[in-house]
Formats: sequence, structure tokens, C-alpha cells
Amino acid sequence: MPANRFNAFTEYGVGIGLRVPHYRHILEKKPVVDWFEIISENYMVDSGRPLTVLDQILDQYRVVQHGVSMYFGSAEPFSREHMRRIKDLVRRTRTPWLSDHLCWGSVDGTYTHDLLPMPYTFEAARRTAEKIREAQDFLEIPIAVENVSSYAEFHISQMTEWEFLNEVVEQADCGILLDVNNIYVSSQNHNFDPKDYIEAVPADRVAQIHIAGHSKFEKYILDTHDHPVLDPVWALYARAIERCGPTATLLEWDDSIPTFDEVHAEALKANRYLNSQAALAESA
Amino acid sequence: MTTDAPELLALQRRMAAAVMRPLTRDEQMRRRDENNRSIADEADDFIKPNDRLSSFERLEIYNRQYWFRLFSSFEEDFPGLRSIVGTKRFERLMRAYLHAHPSSSFTLRNLGSSLVSWLTENREYGAPDTDAAIAMAALEWAHIEAFDNEQRPALTAEEAAALDDNSRLALQPYLRLFEASCAVDDALIAVREASAGASAQASNAVAIHLVRRTRSLKPAPGQIYLAVHRHEDSVYYKRLALEDYSLLRALESGVSLGDAIEAAFQQSAIAEEDRPAHIQSAFHYLMQMGWLCTPKENDL
Ligand SMILES: [Fe+2]
Repeated sequence: MPANRFNAFTEYGVGIGLRVPHYRHILEKKPVVDWFEIISENYMVDSGRPLTVLDQILDQYRVVQHGVSMYFGSAEPFSREHMRRIKDLVRRTRTPWLSDHLCWGSVDGTYTHDLLPMPYTFEAARRTAEKIREAQDFLEIPIAVENVSSYAEFHISQMTEWEFLNEVVEQADCGILLDVNNIYVSSQNHNFDPKDYIEAVPADRVAQIHIAGHSKFEKYILDTHDHPVLDPVWALYARAIERCGPTATLLEWDDSIPTFDEVHAEALKANRYLNSQAALAESA
Repeated sequence: MTTDAPELLALQRRMAAAVMRPLTRDEQMRRRDENNRSIADEADDFIKPNDRLSSFERLEIYNRQYWFRLFSSFEEDFPGLRSIVGTKRFERLMRAYLHAHPSSSFTLRNLGSSLVSWLTENREYGAPDTDAAIAMAALEWAHIEAFDNEQRPALTAEEAAALDDNSRLALQPYLRLFEASCAVDDALIAVREASAGASAQASNAVAIHLVRRTRSLKPAPGQIYLAVHRHEDSVYYKRLALEDYSLLRALESGVSLGDAIEAAFQQSAIAEEDRPAHIQSAFHYLMQMGWLCTPKENDL
């Protein structure tokens, strides 16, 4: 649903990721942008330029925090220091909701800095949901978990990825950041129909949607975020919007980053789908 | 509260061990582990193959991705060290260091935090001029700290007026003091200017591991004393006189102001009668820069 308790009942439109090469353009030209998504970790520092720029952006734009290192799916507990830093940033940005990935990436205090795939087991779902609840309680804002791209599956899995996602978000009572590019990438790597995934997502929990580009290799597809959005991903996006309504949407572009205007224009293509959905909803 | 997940933990330990295992020289996943067991068998045991990729190949995607991400972060942080030891040795040094000190922080910013101590204990990796290599690594780490370390309220004029010989002061956390027997500051500025350009931001997308060849560069010999600091969000390297450096070092160590002033002139050639004037102008500068603060309770 567009505005729901998982995005603090906001109606954000189409945003883009805030990236260093665009800082100057944004601060000087002040382009009209619905909202920016920041990678939390880049601003979880004590002081200095990252925070100066962030404060300037916060003066003029709405910002949503997206993390890459909470690792809800890591069996080990959260680091206190890490959580304290996230909370400091949440206070600073006043982000209405916060997202991170449904994955793991650290074990015994060592960090891989990757988004590693979960085994889809009931035990993993329970543990992950507990950690999401703990984070929500501590941070005092709604959390949305994002489905990741993956390149491997485990023998011990007991369910599909979308069944696992459902299991986790029901137990945690949290939102979903639905990444339709990641669904497409994983469907190609694991031979499932991405439409089955989209149909299975609980629409009333979708707080936000990610769109992005990927790279096709001979034997697998990699989630590279260095291209415009591809047609099959737009098709999945259209269906997701049909099911969820016009939901806050964000384009991720992290590598070979073109000009601000190019990235923004690519993101705004989402309006074609959002507007027609909004019109449909109005006429109904 | 939280409960155990033994099966999940076991799988994560197993996968992390595989993902973090060093690559072969040509950046492939190894065929055998430390105990000469087949990694293909190990991969088959917990990862499903698909119609295009074996379990080994699927695991290898993560193994390579892990190392390439660390390499690109480390290379971005230590271009000066690379210029001193040269590309080939740098590659060896980087792999050995990252294997010995994998990341223990949620942020890659801290990846190089143990480099200086590791290099001091493993001097062969810094050859042929290990002292210059260690000095450069220390300068580059100081740069990272100066860039985003905390800025505390600076000592006010009124607080400064109330100081006496027994007062204790602290330095700004973003101010890092540094000495070396060669001009690594000039060398690093030259390297940074040569490669001025895009600095990539952390992302969950895959980093591509680029190897650029550089010849090894020798910094000019000569003792330097540096303040690596931040001003209006930019990092600067300020050469200091021995006396000023010694004064700051002493204050940083927590001794009283009187003792710090004494330490400042321990090896000084400045004539006794000129010392009060020197200290006065040094303090004027420190106040102007805002480098002094009142110590926190737990600093003492
Ligand atoms: Fe995403």
C-alpha cells in the first residue's frame, strides 16, 4: 500500500540514492527531487564532510535511511556500538522508516561486507525476525527488510525465498522494501518465475520499492547497479505497483554513475506506472 | 529475548570460512583448503548446484566478490603505500594483511586500522624501505582519522586565560600527530594529485578490481613533524617545529601544562631567553586552530 504503518503513513514519490559524485550538483542547483535515500553507513561517523553535506541535504530534502550492515540474518547478536550509531543517525535524519537487507554478512565478529543469502529454514526465519523486532524496539521507527540478489542456494532450505520473506515479516511484524531488480536477478540465477514471487508478497507490508540495473554474464546475472533499468524489471515493477498501489520508489545507481540528470530521468520513468495506478485508484 | 540458532550459526561459519579463504594468484577460488581437503566436495555438501553452475562455481562468486571488495577499499585508502612499495609488493602486502586482519567493524573505513602495527611486526612486506612504508601507512591512516574523527568544543579564550602550570589539556580527536624520517607528506600529496578523481562510495554493488601499475617511489630523506588535521572539512598536513610537536605530544600524553612546556624544549636549539616568546606564539597558533580542548573526565 502506498501509505501504511511500515513507511509511517508517508506518500513519498520517486527518489534516487544520494551519491558523492552528485553532491556538488545537488547543493548548487537544488534540483526538485521527491526524496533521497542514503546509505546509512556512509554517515555513521563522528564528524566531518559526510555529516556537513548530509545536514545541508536535510535542510532541503526528505531523506530515508538504507543500511547495508545490520545483517538481520546473522546468527550473532547486534553490536551495541553499531546500533547506537544507527540511532544517532536516525535522530539526525528523522527518517520516517529505515531499511536494510534480509541477509547475513558477519559471523563471530568478523564482517564480510557482503549481502550473503539466507538458508530458507524455520530456524533462520525465527532468529531473523527476533533481531528485526529487537532493532525496531531499540530504534523506535518502522523497519522494512529488502530481498537481496543471490547467486547460491543451500541444501538445508525448507521453503522458497518468498515463503521465507513472508515468514520473517509476519513474525517480526515489519515492512518490506521490495527490490524488483533483485527478484529478477535471483529468478534468473535460481530458475523460478519472478511473477510467482511478486504475487506472493503481502502487498500491505510493502513500504518502498527499489529499481536498479544489472549485468548479464554467460552463466549468471549480477546485481551491479551500473545500468538503466531493464525491460523485464519494469514489467515486474508495473505488476508490483498494480498490487501495492503507488508506492515510494527509489532507483539505485552505484557504479559507473552518470550525471545527476541522467540518473534522475531514469528514476522518473517510474512515474508512468505510478500515475496510471493513481488514476485507476481515483476512478475506482 | 534472543534464542540460539545453532544450524544457522554453523552454516554461516562454514560459508564465511569459504568466502574469506584467500584466492589463487589468478583470482580464482582455491581447489584445496588448508588441510588439503577438496573445496569442491565442501561446496557440494552445503550449496545446491543449478543447471549452469556447480556448487563450487556458485561459492566462487562470493569468494571473489569478498576479496575484490576488500581490495578496492584498501587500495583506495593506501595509494601512498602502494607508490612506495610498488604494485607487485603492494598486492602481496594487501593480501597478507587482509588475511591476517579481516574486517571487525560494520564499516570498511576501519579496514586499515591495524596496518601500521601489522607492518611493524611483518617488516618484510614493506621492503625495501620498510621505514618509509610504515611511515606512509601511518600517514594514510592518520588522514582517514583526521577526515571524520570527532570535533569537540575548542578551548575558549576565558578557559585559556585561567590555565596554569598544573592544568591539563586534551587535543581535538581529529588532530593526529606524526613524525617520520622522510618526507612522506610531500610524496602522498604528489600521489593524490596524480590520481585525483573519482572516489567511489560504498555500495552493495560489485566493485571491479582494477590493477594499475605504479613504480616504487622514494620519499626525500629528512626528519619531519606533522599535524594531520581537518579544517572546514578538508584534511591538511601541517609541518611543525620540533618544539611545537613535542609540546603537543606531551599534552596528548596527559602531563601538566608546565611539564609539557618543559618537554617542548628538551631537544631544542632555541636559546633560553627566546623560549617564552616561542611558547606564546605557539599557543596563539593552537588557539587559532582550535586544536586544544578541556579533557573529558575519562581522559584523565
Ligand atoms: Fe536494493
